[in-house]
This record gives sequence, C-alpha cells and structure tokens, in this order.
Amino acid sequence: MHVAKDLVAASATPMVLGILAGGESYGYAILKQVSELSGGQLEWTDGLLYPLLHRLERLGFVESSWQTPPSGRRRKYYRITKQGRAELAEQRRQWAAVVDALKGVWHTTGDVRPATAG
Amino acid sequence: MVELEAQIAEWRGYVRRRGAVHEADAEELEDHLRNTVSELVESGLSHDEAFLVAVKRMGNLDDLSREFAREHSGRLWKQLVLSGGPEATASAIPIWRRDWFIMLVCAALAAVSIKVPELFGYSLAEDDLFYQRNITLFALAPLAIYFVWRRRPSPVAIGALVGLFALGVFGANAYPLKEGSQSIVLTVIHLLLALWLTVGLAYVGGDWLSDRKRMDFIRFTGEWFVYYVLIMLGGGVLTAFTGGVFNAINIDVEDFIGYWLLPCSALAAVVVAAWLVEAKQSVVENMAPVLTRVFTPLFTAVMLAFLVAVFWTTTGINVNRDVLIIFDLLLAVVLGLLLYSISARDPLRPPGVFDRLQLALALSALLIDVLVLAAIMGRIGEWGSTPNKMAALGENVILATNLAWTAWLLIEFIRGHTPFTRLEQWQTRYVGVYALWAWIVVLVFPPVFNFM
Repeated sequence: MHVAKDLVAASATPMVLGILAGGESYGYAILKQVSELSGGQLEWTDGLLYPLLHRLERLGFVESSWQTPPSGRRRKYYRITKQGRAELAEQRRQWAAVVDALKGVWHTTGDVRPATAG
Repeated sequence: MVELEAQIAEWRGYVRRRGAVHEADAEELEDHLRNTVSELVESGLSHDEAFLVAVKRMGNLDDLSREFAREHSGRLWKQLVLSGGPEATASAIPIWRRDWFIMLVCAALAAVSIKVPELFGYSLAEDDLFYQRNITLFALAPLAIYFVWRRRPSPVAIGALVGLFALGVFGANAYPLKEGSQSIVLTVIHLLLALWLTVGLAYVGGDWLSDRKRMDFIRFTGEWFVYYVLIMLGGGVLTAFTGGVFNAINIDVEDFIGYWLLPCSALAAVVVAAWLVEAKQSVVENMAPVLTRVFTPLFTAVMLAFLVAVFWTTTGINVNRDVLIIFDLLLAVVLGLLLYSISARDPLRPPGVFDRLQLALALSALLIDVLVLAAIMGRIGEWGSTPNKMAALGENVILATNLAWTAWLLIEFIRGHTPFTRLEQWQTRYVGVYALWAWIVVLVFPPVFNFM
C-alpha cells in the first residue's frame, strides 16, 4: 500500500516532533524510525526531511547542534524545545479530532471494500 | 571505494551549485547519503548500486533545492528573485538581459511622463505646486507598471494597484492646498510613503500576505535606495561637466539641464535603479545590511550621548517645526537600521553581541521617542493642534509601539525564549500600519485641518 503524498506531508511535522520528543536524533535516524513505525508504508523522499527540520528550527520548535563522535564525521543533531512540545500537543489534539471523526464515518458507512465482480 | 568517494564528491558539487543549499546543509545531506550507502552495502549491494539507490532516495535535486530555497529565501535573495517564478530559477538567460526591454520602456515612460503636463499648459518652471503634488505619481507609477509587467500578478491585485494609484491622484489633487502650507508638505511626504508601499504590492506580485515576500520588498527598498543615490551622484557629476564644457563655448545649457536633463533622468533613474537591484544581485554584496552594521554602533553611541546630556542638563526638548522633523527622521533612520539588520540576519544563528547592540539601539531610541512624545503632547495641550504636530504625534506613537515590541522581542530572543522569526514577522506585519497611517495623513488630514 502507498500513502498519498498530501497525507505524508500533513503528518510529517507531528511525526518528526513526536520522534524528537523521545530524545535527540539526526536526520537519517529519524527517517529510519518513521519507516519502522509505519511498517514501511510511509515513504518520504529522504532529502525533503532536511528543509522540514530547518523550518521547525526557524520556528523554534527544535534546536540543533553539530556533534563529532571520537571516530568519524561530524553530524547535526536535533532536539525538541519547550515550544516544540507545546506544538506537538496541539497537533496531537487536532489529529485526534480528525481520527475520531473518521472513525465515526467508518462506523456509519460500514464495509466499503470495492465489490468484486462475480 | 575510491570511486565511491569521487562519486559522493561529485554529487556534493552538484548540490552546492544550487544557491539555496549552503555548505553546512550539503554536509548534512552528505552524511545522510553515506548512511544510506553503508546500510545498503551491508545488505549486499555493491558500492555503485548502493550509491545510485541512495541518490535516488534523496530525491530530485531540483525539488530539493526548491524546498531549501523556499525555507531559506533570504539566502537566495542575493542570487535571484524568487517571485520571478520557476522559470527564473531554471532558465540560464540572466535576468539582466530578459528584463532589459521592460526596463527601457518603463524608464522612458517615467522620463516622458513628467514632460507630458507641459502639453496641457503646466510649465515646469512656473507651476511648482502642480509638480510638487504629482511628482511621486510620475515617479512611482512607471515603477509599478514595471513590476506588474515582470511579475504578472492576478487581476485582483492589478485592480487593487489601479485603485490605490487612483486614490493617490485624488489625494494629490482634489484638495485646495496652498503652496508652502503645512498640509502640502505633509501630503507630499506621506503620498510618497503610501505609493512606495503600493509599489511593494506590485513587487510581491500581489502576494501581500506572505511575510517572506514582504521581507524581500524591505530588502529591495534598501538596495534600491543605495543604487538610486549612487546613480544621482554620478548624474550630478555628469551634469556639472555638461554645464561647464558648454559654458566654455558660450552656449547656455542651464534651461536644458534644469527642465529636461535633471527631471527626466531623475525619474527614469527610479526604474533603472529597481532594475539594477534585481539584475545585479549576484554581483554585489547587498549594501544596505553592510551600511547597517557600520552605523548601528555609531547611532547608538550618539543617542546614548544625547540621553545623558538631556538628563545631565535636565533640559526638555524644545519642540518647534525643525526639531520635530529632526527627531522623526532620527527615529525613522533607527527603524531602518533595525529593519536592515533583521532582513540580513540568518534567523537560525544564535543570539550574539550584535543583537545586544541592537537592543541598546532600540531602547535608547524608545527613550528619546518618549521624551519627544511628552514634548509634543505638552505643546498640543498648550497651543492647540496643527497638522504638523498631529502628524508628528501619530508617527511617534507608531514608532514607539514598534520599538517597544521590538525591544521586548529582542530581549526574549537574547534570553533564548523565542525564535528570531517572531521579530521578522513583527516587522513585516507592521508595514501595514505605516501604509494605513500614510493614507490617513494624505486623505483625512487636509479636510480635518481645513487645508491649513
């Protein structure tokens, strides 16, 4: 199954903030986690994560720092801020409302699998 | 393995060639690419295959750089103007040549427009009043046309532009203002501001709600001013030589210079300067922010010295007409200094010494503003109101509000409580207040004060 582009885009911010709420991380690891959490159903274009992270940083939701492990190349880590947590809580509320509404709709319409011929 | 390094280096080169992706971003992306490659290699792919897959997953470079450009529009401003649309990013033809023709037509239009009224009997030599009232219209309407031509805004935006310029014509000519009266001076100054912001509407292609585009217009204003002053200085030298050499052979060119060369070229230069700002962005480092850096500490020092002197001598500010203008100009300059450092600042950089300096600048300007406000209100209470005093009062209230909130946001930013973006948004949104006030002074003040 493939999740539509618009849905991926809409869920990107809460997804990233939620992952960062679990501890600081860097781009590659965030993407891995997204793919694990969604069972590979959410497909992101890898590169586009970075402009998103920069936007969240500009808005003050995350902060970043370059860290160099003893062996290896330096890497940019992102950390969620207090403002970011507030934003995450707000997004969670909104998503819960959407999901609740959809559940109601699914309930009333019943089974919507396309009828198979024959 | 060596080959992989070469491939990665080459890929990074491609990424960096896009203006919007900076070195640090390229490094971040490269780290990601290397992670993907090594994971794929571990799962059994060859280096070559792994590299290809990793690059593919990273996404189309054009899309990627467009996203970066959208997020970091300030960076890209130097290279090209975003509002030019996607074809401007893609095409290899420099903006320089594409817009040459549009610029030429609009500049010619500006040059001719000031001579057209002579056909209807308004002489440049004698009808000072007519030209005082309308000079901003002659200067800025062609500039607005230039931007409409280039940006092709929606019909609604064009309608708004036409409406605002019509309002400008009305404000300039409908009221019986006498030469040398307070009202005519106020109208001329505020019409300039109101119409310049109207040009801004054309500059942003009608997308007036976008903070980023408003900020682009603020940047444009600063660069335009620098270019215009440079062109006028050069023009002054040329004019002096023209007069001098023709004088030597006893031909008097004074009238030609005064009534043709000077007015026509000054108006054409408005459009030429705008075109230069856009065409030459990549050639010169933006000037306004550089000047800002130099003058912010100096202005802060002067204002602090002034404040010390006021408190030391306990002399209140003696408000008369010239003094009011000096202080209004001073506060406007301070606001300009603040605006241009904000426009050039990378919002992601952590607070530094310069931000503290700016806070000092904002606070000292605020203090002076309060002193001036107190003095003006005292005068109004004692002698009644005049258009000048009321306009000064309004301007000081508007500037004081802006400075106070700016200072507060700077404090919050320095303490790490709020991102820098808040300050940017505050300044770009406040532009609407200036526009509103300018139109009020042009349209409402004259009848209220009986055309004094």
